[in-house]
Amino acid sequence: MAVKKISKVQPEKFEFNKKNKENADSIIKNYPSGKQQSAVMALLYLAQKQNDNWIPLSAMKYIAKYLDMPYIKVYEVATFYSMYNLTPVGKYFFQVCTTTPCMLRGAYNLVDVCKRKISEEENRLSDDGRTSWLEVECLGACVNAPMLQLNEDYYEDLDPTKLEQIIDKISNDEVPQPGSYRGRLSSEPENTRKTLTGNKNA
Amino acid sequence: MLEDKDRIFQNLYNDFGADLTSAKQRGDWKDTKEICGKGREWIINEIKASELRGRGGAGFPTGLKWSFAPKEVGSRPHYLVINADESEPGTCKDRDILRFEPHKLIEGCLIASYAVNAHKCYIYIRGEYFNEGQKLQTAIDEAYKDGLLGKNSAGTDWELDIYIHYGAGAYICGEETALLESIEGKKGQPRLKPPFPALIGLYGCPTIINNVETISVVPTILRRGGKWFSSLGRPKNTGSKIYCISGNVNNPCNVEEEMGIPLKELIEKHAGGVIGGWDNLKAVIPGGSSMPLLPKETCETIKMDFDACIENKTGLGTAGIVVINKDQDIIKCMARIARFYKHESCGQCTPCREGSGWMWRMLERMAKGEATRDEVDMLLDVTKQIEGHTICAFGEGSSWPVQGLIRNFKDEIIERNKFDPIVKKQKDIPYLVDQHLLEKENA
Repeated sequence: MAVKKISKVQPEKFEFNKKNKENADSIIKNYPSGKQQSAVMALLYLAQKQNDNWIPLSAMKYIAKYLDMPYIKVYEVATFYSMYNLTPVGKYFFQVCTTTPCMLRGAYNLVDVCKRKISEEENRLSDDGRTSWLEVECLGACVNAPMLQLNEDYYEDLDPTKLEQIIDKISNDEVPQPGSYRGRLSSEPENTRKTLTGNKNA
Repeated sequence: MLEDKDRIFQNLYNDFGADLTSAKQRGDWKDTKEICGKGREWIINEIKASELRGRGGAGFPTGLKWSFAPKEVGSRPHYLVINADESEPGTCKDRDILRFEPHKLIEGCLIASYAVNAHKCYIYIRGEYFNEGQKLQTAIDEAYKDGLLGKNSAGTDWELDIYIHYGAGAYICGEETALLESIEGKKGQPRLKPPFPALIGLYGCPTIINNVETISVVPTILRRGGKWFSSLGRPKNTGSKIYCISGNVNNPCNVEEEMGIPLKELIEKHAGGVIGGWDNLKAVIPGGSSMPLLPKETCETIKMDFDACIENKTGLGTAGIVVINKDQDIIKCMARIARFYKHESCGQCTPCREGSGWMWRMLERMAKGEATRDEVDMLLDVTKQIEGHTICAFGEGSSWPVQGLIRNFKDEIIERNKFDPIVKKQKDIPYLVDQHLLEKENA
């Protein structure tokens, strides 16, 4: 089990903005009436996006009221799932997959680059305060390993040099192109496709 | 080898685009109305005849699962839930279906919902697959617009609504009852079975839960006939399957192949061979990280289907093949897998919560050569204490890879770890000895 820390600095108030209120109400409608608690995960995610990529305690209290459920139940969910950040993370949040399939293809070399170019430790903001990184478990793109997730996008088929270029772009506030960094468009075998050959470039 | 015309996922590599128009050109949504018109009995019997087994890891016969749903809808509505919480290390097949073949999944949802009397279907996608989820949502919107979903879906007179529910990074939510808890807005901890979800599932209502790949092959099976599907592979292990080949191979890839294809052919032909040549092969994990690894000798001959894998003391699982060559430290590889399980244990059952971390710490020390000689047996004992003593199959999933390592590479571990026990006197309390050793850092 992963240990989650709660940020010491907490904003006093949290409230959904107008757009997120609409989003939240339409998500609640996806579930049967009386089962609005089902929307808690989606609402926490909305709160996280609205609040610079992390969830303060006040947002959990707000969501508890919003869904008419006990605050502790929201807290329980927020601390259970690993994608909810309960402390501030960078505006650019790198999550490097280091589980075995990625590790076999050199994921720890990517971790070294992150340590050198972002911050020495996981979850510590870079000097300019905009970037942070974290080692995570399997992101489900093993055929395109090693890979990482930057905010919502996957960056695949990486190597240390390419990651350095990505981080350099980020420091200039440019968002690099997501996807494969060896020019692959999917999970097909590079250059040696033996199946569905008639479909290629169809 | 499977012929191209028999491959179900023609757009696996996105040669055509995932939109509705090109999906229809590939044959999706053709005769959906006629298929449903043949009735529930016919659909379930045809799936039974195809001998389709669940593609999510456990390999449970799909037709049988559907027949567990109550025949008549009582006071409680029925639900169909699709498990797209693909998180098993080594597996990335559902991702390609979600982004490149979403209409196969949606059409499958309609047919399956009709077969099990469900008017609502939830697709549980892992939170990290945000972009894939967006692509699926686009496809769902297209389907609504075209009258393929909603009231009178695709002219079948059946009402179906599909909703996407995003997870938030918990491997355990791939376990079907944990997934239901998660949809209900709770933390994802598995439920005791029985009662099985087919009778008491989501919100206490009858619920059928299937993997993405399972549901996506259903429309093609019904169009081409259960007999066609069962003619591929061998009895009880029929059809085709998407294999994901990752790790130390020259061309890692996903490929749809016939059930029972030799592992060596998959690696040599489709994935461009092991890096450094076949002789550089150390071991292969055949079915995602929770299945025991296979030594090179077995890899020469083994065929990739459910029963052949079981005969070789492993499992087909999700068919996520992880190739490990001799340049890697096999103990370290398994220690990393153990760390994965330690991180992902939901903490509900003590043997798993404590044992998964315990196995990880021991393996880390063994990788460094810091363990004592008799700790190898202790490690095996720990795995046996976990296996079969937990609510869900996570216990097996976390202990089998370690057992596989010890079964095949015990000599190598002992070679590296041949110290005498530090506390010799109290060897009869092995558990305390280990705890004592741990206190320096990783505990």
